[in-house]
Amino acid sequence: MAIKVPRKWIPILKALVHFAALYPLISLYYAAFQDRLGGDPVEAVIHFTGIGALNLLLLSLLLSPLAKKLQMAFLIQFRRMIGLYAFVYGLCHVLNFLFFEVQFDLQLFVDEVFKRPYITVGMAAFLLLLALAATSTHKIRRKMRERWQTLHNFSYLIALLVVIHFYWSVKSEIVEPLLYASVYVALMALRRHKLQSWVRRKHSLNKS
Amino acid sequence: MLIKRISPSDCKESDVTDERIYLGRREIIKAMGFFGAGSLLASSAASAGILDIFGEQPQSNLFQQSALDYSPAGASAEELTPEAKITGHNNFYEFGVEKHQPAELAQSFKVNPWQLKISGEVENPYTLDYDDLHTTFSLEERIYRLRCVEAWSMVVPWIGFSLAELVKKAKPTSRAKYLAFETLYDPDQMPGQKSRRLGGGIDYPYIEGLRIDEAMNPLALMSVGLYGKTLPPQNGAPVRLVVPWKYGFKSIKSIVGIKFVERRPPTTWNILAPNEYGFYANVNPAVDHPRWSQASERRITSGGLFAQNRIPTLPFNGYGEQVAEMYRGMNLRKYY
Repeated sequence: MAIKVPRKWIPILKALVHFAALYPLISLYYAAFQDRLGGDPVEAVIHFTGIGALNLLLLSLLLSPLAKKLQMAFLIQFRRMIGLYAFVYGLCHVLNFLFFEVQFDLQLFVDEVFKRPYITVGMAAFLLLLALAATSTHKIRRKMRERWQTLHNFSYLIALLVVIHFYWSVKSEIVEPLLYASVYVALMALRRHKLQSWVRRKHSLNKS
Repeated sequence: MLIKRISPSDCKESDVTDERIYLGRREIIKAMGFFGAGSLLASSAASAGILDIFGEQPQSNLFQQSALDYSPAGASAEELTPEAKITGHNNFYEFGVEKHQPAELAQSFKVNPWQLKISGEVENPYTLDYDDLHTTFSLEERIYRLRCVEAWSMVVPWIGFSLAELVKKAKPTSRAKYLAFETLYDPDQMPGQKSRRLGGGIDYPYIEGLRIDEAMNPLALMSVGLYGKTLPPQNGAPVRLVVPWKYGFKSIKSIVGIKFVERRPPTTWNILAPNEYGFYANVNPAVDHPRWSQASERRITSGGLFAQNRIPTLPFNGYGEQVAEMYRGMNLRKYY
């Protein structure tokens, strides 16, 4: 049974998504500027935006299997904006690190990105996400044709890199990163046919 | 020497954030919604209950600190970290891995009665009860920099007694080469010892160690208080170690045992990740943590996000004059 949502509801739902994504971010920075975010507002904003980006990435990956399984096609209309908000949170995360953690010490920033594998992995994910965000308009999508889908399939890799980045960043508290990793595995399992067909195609290409 | 940098004048009480405002920060975080806040919520919800989003933490549930008699240090040349930040930003995994958790989960911790047993290779093993902690040795205030291995730092007005006094009273034998410290193991009181998620997967009890000459160094402090009062539980009540030239994880909290031993004791973080956390753990800007630089640190004082506070990290956290001699000839890259 397909679940349909009246067309006129869509803008209202979209407004709600905007609010749900922006309100936490604005309150976060407001509290942080007021020094009302615990002992160390810098750590708090870095963690919050990082986890927020990962949550949004995984949510964006949940939408199309959900739309298919529950026949809720309207969900697909939210995928782009949620993906873009994942980018916004990721951008805040990187800028937090640059502005507030290393405090504009560009040398230190670059050193840390290249010297620390978990930051290298995180930065790779961010740059890929940047490419996806930059090609997210309908106009560019039409121009790119099939290549667009190929590029945007990188969202699977991005989420994987972010999960690794999170796992690698903690000192010993691995339970939460492992929960995220299992959510990621579940999301990929929902796409196993698609992933398998890629593997098969590659395999047959290699043979011929 | 640190003492020379201190001039007799008042501490900056104006730096201290009002306690109620500070305790309200949880509501701000919780009120922030569902998306990004998910993980922050989840961890505090585990204990605090998700339904108390708008509930003020009742004051009566707060741990009661009491005033101490001590000889004051006077103000430091460096800005003190506000009391609310010292007592609200803690690495004390026995009460949760997130920095805000110990202040929330430790308030009902019982510190009296308490027993600190001094044993092992000593002629005079003894036990300090709760009251003994405040009366056996003379208490003094010492303002120390605290440098966390995570590259943030604070300036804390501790109150305590010299660890050297405790050692002398025990009369160590010639076989006593190291001191092994142990934190209370009480999973009923310490939720992190019960839950792997809250406790960060550490095998408890937490143990730490010092070489005996390090323990005899005049800087090594057994702290029973801060900011004029007894320690709150999240800072390691009723008694904790403070070794200011080492990374913070060496300064073990809520100690129940000090054993004098012949061989170097295994220590908690060193067992967990020996390539990241050494036994010595002397603050050293030249030796990076494998996953971050130790060359500089963020000093936590007052001010919000835009407080520009990244400062260079000093060898031995700036206490080289008093402690570097103990490590003469040692390769500090190898013995990090």
